[in-house]
This record gives sequence, structure tokens and C-alpha cells, in this order.
Amino acid sequence: MADNSSTNRQICEKFGNDRGRLMDILLSVQAQAGCIASEALDDIAESLSMSRIEVESAATFYAFFSSQPRGRFVIRVCNDIIDRLSGMERIAAALRADLGIEFGQTTKDGLFSLEYTPCIGMSDQAPAMLVNDTVVTRVSTDMVHEIVQTLKATKNVGQLKLTLGDGNNGHPLVRAMVQNNLREPGAVVFAPSTPGVALQRALSEQPVEVIKIIKASRLRGRGGAGFPTGMKWEFTRGAAGDRKFVVCNADEGEPGTFKDRVILTEAAGLMFEGMTIAGYAIGAAEGILYLRGEYTYLRPFLEDILAKRRAAGLLGRDILGKSGFKFDVRIQLGAGAYVCGEETALLSSCEGKRGDPKTRPPFPAQKGYLGLPTVINNVETYCAAARIMENGPGWFTSMGTQGSAGTKVFSVSGDCSSPGVYEIPFGITINELLARVGATDTGAVQVGGAAGRMIGPGEFGRKLCFDDLASGGSIMVFSSQRDVLAVAQAFMEFFVEESCGYCTPCRVGTRLLHDRLGRFLCGTAELADIDYLEQTGKAVKIASRCGLGQTAANPVLGTIQSFRKEYERRVKADGSVFRAAFDPRKAVAAASGIAGRESDHFGNQKGGAKP
Amino acid sequence: MSAKVAFTIDGKEVQGEQGQTILQAAALAGIYIPHLCAMKGLSPWGSCRVCTVMVNGRPQAACTMPITEGMVVENDTPELKDLRSSMVEMLFVEGNHFCMFCEKSGNCELQAMGYRLGMLAPRHDYMFPTRTVDASHPDVLLDFNRCILCARCIRASQELDGKHVFDFTHRGGHKRIGVNAANGAAGTDLKVTDRAAAAESCPVGCIIKKRVGFAVPIGQRRFDTQPIGSDIEAGRAATK
Repeated sequence: MADNSSTNRQICEKFGNDRGRLMDILLSVQAQAGCIASEALDDIAESLSMSRIEVESAATFYAFFSSQPRGRFVIRVCNDIIDRLSGMERIAAALRADLGIEFGQTTKDGLFSLEYTPCIGMSDQAPAMLVNDTVVTRVSTDMVHEIVQTLKATKNVGQLKLTLGDGNNGHPLVRAMVQNNLREPGAVVFAPSTPGVALQRALSEQPVEVIKIIKASRLRGRGGAGFPTGMKWEFTRGAAGDRKFVVCNADEGEPGTFKDRVILTEAAGLMFEGMTIAGYAIGAAEGILYLRGEYTYLRPFLEDILAKRRAAGLLGRDILGKSGFKFDVRIQLGAGAYVCGEETALLSSCEGKRGDPKTRPPFPAQKGYLGLPTVINNVETYCAAARIMENGPGWFTSMGTQGSAGTKVFSVSGDCSSPGVYEIPFGITINELLARVGATDTGAVQVGGAAGRMIGPGEFGRKLCFDDLASGGSIMVFSSQRDVLAVAQAFMEFFVEESCGYCTPCRVGTRLLHDRLGRFLCGTAELADIDYLEQTGKAVKIASRCGLGQTAANPVLGTIQSFRKEYERRVKADGSVFRAAFDPRKAVAAASGIAGRESDHFGNQKGGAKP
Repeated sequence: MSAKVAFTIDGKEVQGEQGQTILQAAALAGIYIPHLCAMKGLSPWGSCRVCTVMVNGRPQAACTMPITEGMVVENDTPELKDLRSSMVEMLFVEGNHFCMFCEKSGNCELQAMGYRLGMLAPRHDYMFPTRTVDASHPDVLLDFNRCILCARCIRASQELDGKHVFDFTHRGGHKRIGVNAANGAAGTDLKVTDRAAAAESCPVGCIIKKRVGFAVPIGQRRFDTQPIGSDIEAGRAATK
């Protein structure tokens, strides 16, 4: 349509017809038209002077983009394991009944679409869902009825009566139903801070001195991998080139993680201050905050903080009067892809491409965003860096352990009385943490999300730190009544959905592991299937190209290691090696459909052939 | 002349040049490291993971990993052979590969790799996906049942033909090759003479030229007489 076409071209123009801004363009087109149709691909390709297939390649990668028209209201129900254990099925059933559609479908009037989405960062207030960009937490079936009725009547998400959350969740630019559940603010991230103090301190030092201070603090990356931050900055500073970048990874997609959401809500200024300090230290003038699409509701608020920092001389030119030092930040929204939390995939996404991880080496410090030297750190890491500048490295190393200085912000969810955010010095044991969060009768703890490790009570004396149980901060608590294999299966489902598909072991192996694990859950497994899971899991771990694939077998490998009896218990009792792998009726179902009749061979049999 | 880099593969001293990948340096030294997505003349890609080697004890893709002085590479070990076979078996079960009536049989690198690695039946369960065939182009047939997502056609089109006929769409298990037109290959500027349409650019039988099928009879094809990698190993023999 000519109308759509001109709108699409206007959108492209708004972003300077810059192919590097393809993500923003696709987000705008999707929001405008409810889909990215075939014609839109042509419009965008023409405006940006690129091939249609390049546009299609990026557009089909992200879950939030759709080639078919979606409803005016897209309801995305979070199907994370914590949500499943918190009544997600009831909510899903109520939505199906009220809307008369299945998940993946759109109502005939074009008003509603129903979808599932992985963890949206609300595990401490599950079950949760998104209505377009609006977060609805602790959803009940009554709330579902009310939401559907209100949207049908008013056709306006803004009319939903949602109780606003605490702290800045009630800010006029946020107005979200989200609770911080900040149970224990610590000395680093959630301590009160005055904007500009840390930056002023940094600017009074030479950039190399700033890096020395960060190195002396022994700060390690808070995203989970734990790479020494000072070294990362030093490499980037030392890399050849005048144009460098500071990128903040706010694509917190690890199931059970939501601490960055609370930091973004309550301590975003500190994070931006840390980014600015990094910019000064490595010689960068440009920063990017990569904000996951699920946190779109925080964007206006974050833009406002950036505007205020510009007005206060904390961003822009000659920052805090320091002649020649300029730095600013733009926000890049994601569009539903867990893999973009992997740092090089995140950079691909920032460049307007598919969220495929990049080949390493070269590392981002040498060739990052647009092939230029780039520092990329987690939200929490930048906060810590700013506080280290403010209070000195000695203050920081006085907390935590030798190998893991400072505090860690943990996201605790699941079977406990006080789920939420805890900022605690590194080195706390699982047992101590469980006592603090009010968990009793704990059967298993998942440390580090789906990519992490599930441990049983025998290992609850282990410490949370880089030298023992390293994690990005996701702690999911499961009572002894929970089925650990069902939990593992939910995580495998997650990886099957979220694999980018670049490399063979992750793309194919995750599906194979998922299906073989399924045998244990439906009672058709043999003892040899445990060996298969171990061997194939190991192959996926060894051969995968990026961190996602290298950890994607953990749900299987970890549960076999800690809960082997759960596997053995479910092996077929009769020891038979026959398996219901082939159902002849199912095998010819497509042909039967075309023929309009069933084969005579099935006679009067009911159901599939007997196994 | 680039700087020399000395390293070892399975204990054997290899001299490479600065900037080479392990795969390139090994091939020049007559050492075959099994691979599918890597192709001479195209930029390294690193997706099939068949060329996984151990570098100083850590797994790396030989096709993307640059060589460094003193690097210790393990290539021909039972563990790696099994890992590679597992990857190849994954590619077999992921698609619909019926060698007995595939035009590429005997010239197919996936099939040849299966033989070379001693694969019998895949240890993995077949997925039997529903995939499409694009026969719209007058001279080239695209049978996606056989695609292993190696990106060789994508890179050949861009890097050798200066076009952008192919690219990946979707992700994960839904990932597939797309063409630069809404109506299939016929709508693209693909020519049968393009390097992207050449038999060597597609390791399997996904890209097939029309009307020239079975021009070389079964039994006289590339891998009918000697295993894949023999040409590289013959290079080693020649330099002895």
C-alpha cells in the first residue's frame, strides 16, 4: 500500500537512512503496522540501499518482529519455569477462554494476539505478562478478565487499572506495576550516591590512573563470566584507533535474573556515571545502553535521566568543565532475543544485524561495535566502577573474598518467602542465602539461571563467588516437592527457542537433548539414554561457538551430576529396549488428510498403533 | 613475506605464516582437518564445528582460530573424531538426506565426511523436518531438504559474485536460507554461471544445476575413489 510505503520511508529517514539503525527502524515499523510485511522489507531495503534479504535476515531473527499482522494488543505470557510453578497455566487458560484463541493466534477482530515469551525479568512477582510494553505482575484470572474487558471497551492500554509499584516504578515516566522487592541494599550498588561525585574524582586523575584504580579494586565483570574489568579497559584503551565505544549490557535475559531491572529503576544515574568514567578511561566519546525489549517501559525514564545529566554537565561536551572530554549515551532497544546478552551478539544487534555472536578472536576490545575498539560491561559492573572511583579500591576490596572483591546483586526467586533483590558481599554460602530469603525444605537451587548449575542439598555449603559458584546473580529456589527433571526440561525448551542457530551443536544439539530428556519425563527412557545425554551434552558444551551453546547443555549435565537418581528412577521398569518411536497412523497423517480417508490397514483400530 | 609462525599439530612441527588460520596452515602442511563450512577462497565462518581441534587444551574451530607461535594443536585424536562424527550426524538428522537418489551423491562433502569419520547410522534421532524446494529459477534448483546451513552460498555470492542472492532468515531450529526476492530464486539476479551456484560452493545437494544431472556417472565421482581430504594429504605426500 502506498500509505504504508511512505510511512516506512519516513521511518527510515527519521533514522538518517542509516543501516546501522535497522533495529530501531524495524521496531518502529512493527509498532506502526503491527508487522513487518514483505512490502515493508522492500521499502526499508530501498531506503537504506541494502538488499531485501539483508533486511529480512535481521527482521526474522527477533521474537518481537512478525511477518504476519499481530493484534493491536499483543499479550505475552512469561513461560519461565518460576512462572509455570506460579500458576501460569491458569492465566493462559483464562486468556484462551476469554479471547477464544490459542497461543500464537490473533483474534478475528485484530485486537488481540497471544504469545508465550521467556523470562521477562519478573520472576519475583510471577506470574507475569506483557501487554504490548506494559508489564502486568502477579497476574490472577480475575485480572485477566478485567484486562481483556477494559482493552475491548477502551482499546487503550493506558486505561488498565494497575497498582503502581514502589520507588521509581511509580515515577510519572515509568508508572509500572513492578515492585523492586529490594530486600537488602548493599554498600556498592544500592547505597545512596550523589551524581557527579565519582566522575569528578575520575576526571581529577589521568585516564591511565583511573584504569589502575579499577585494576587495584580487582573488580570483575558482573554479567557472570567475571573477566577483570580493569584489564578489559586497559586492552581497549591500548587498541589502535581514535573512535572507541562504551557499551552497557542491559539485555538481562537469563531466566530468573531481574537485578538489572531494579538497578535501572533505582540506580541508573550511577550506571551512566560508570559508563562516562569508562569513556574517559579508554578515550571514548560514544556510549550505548543496550536495553532489552522487555524493559521498553523504562526507556522514557532512562532518556529523562540522560537529559538531566546532559543539563547538569555530566554528559555532552567539556564534561564537568574538563576541556575536551566529551561523552554521550544512546539507548538501543532489543527485540526479544536472549542470545543478545552474549556480548558479541549484542554488538551485532547494535549494528542493526541478526543477533549472531561474532567470531573471536578478535575480541571487542580490538574490534567491537562497527569493528572499532569497544568496552562492554554489565549494568552492575558500571555501577561498581563508579563507586570504586568515589570510595577507592581499598574500600571495595575490604568486601567480598580474595578472588571476588565487593558485593554481588542477586535475584532470588522461587520457593521462598522473600523473593527479590539482595546485594551481599561475595562469599556467602547457599545455606546462608537460603536462610535470608526465607527458604525452607529446599530440594534444589539453580545458580546462574538456565545456563548455570542446579545443585542439591549436599552442595548448599558452597560459596557464591567466582572461585566456587560463579553466576550473573540468578538464584532460583526449588522446594523438595518440585520435579528437577521438569525444571531441566523447561530450561532446555528455553535454549531450543533461544539458540541463534549459527553453529551445529547448539542449533541441533539442544533439540536432541530436549527430546531425549523428554523420554525420562514420559516414562520411555532406558538406562543408555543417560549415557547419550552425557555424551551429546558434552559435545554441545565443547563444540559450540559461543557462551550460549557452551552452557546450553548445563540443565542436563548438571542434573545428571547432582540428581542422577532422578534419572535412574524413571528408566522403564521392565528393561525393554522397545520404544514407541514410530506411530504409523501419525506417519501417514498428512497423506490421509490429502486423501480425505484413513488407510484400510488401520481397520477399526482406535488411536495409534500399539507400541 | 609474512612472519613465520611455528606451532605443532599432534606433535608435528608446522611452519605457518602470520595471519593464517590453523586450518589454512595445516592444509599447506599436508595435514587434513575435517571441515564443511570452510571453503578455500571464502572468509572463515566457523559454523559447522566439524573442524574443532584442541588448542593448548581448549576447544577451538580450526577454521577461524589464527595460529600463534608455540601453539599446541590436537587434531587426530579418538575424542575429536567422535565429536566430529557427532556433529556430522547432527547435520544428517537435522535435514532430509537421502543419498541413494541425490544428484550430489559421490560429490557430496557431507556424505564423504560420514564415510571418512566411519559413521554408520546416526546416534541421534532423525527429525524429518518439512522443508521446501524452490524450483522457480530457470537454471538452478534449490532443494532445502539437503541444506546444512554452512553459509558457503551466502559468502560465495557476496565475496566472489559481488551479489547478495542468499542470506539466513529466522533463528535456531527455524533458521534457513532465504533468497533476495519475495517470489523465490527466480526473482533474484542469480545466474547459473555464478560461483554461488557452482557445485563446489554447496557441499551438499541443495544447489543443483538443472538439466545436467548425473552427467558424471556414479562410481566416477570425486569421493567415489578416495576419501575426502585425500587431496590435502596427497600434498603432504608430495612434499615428503
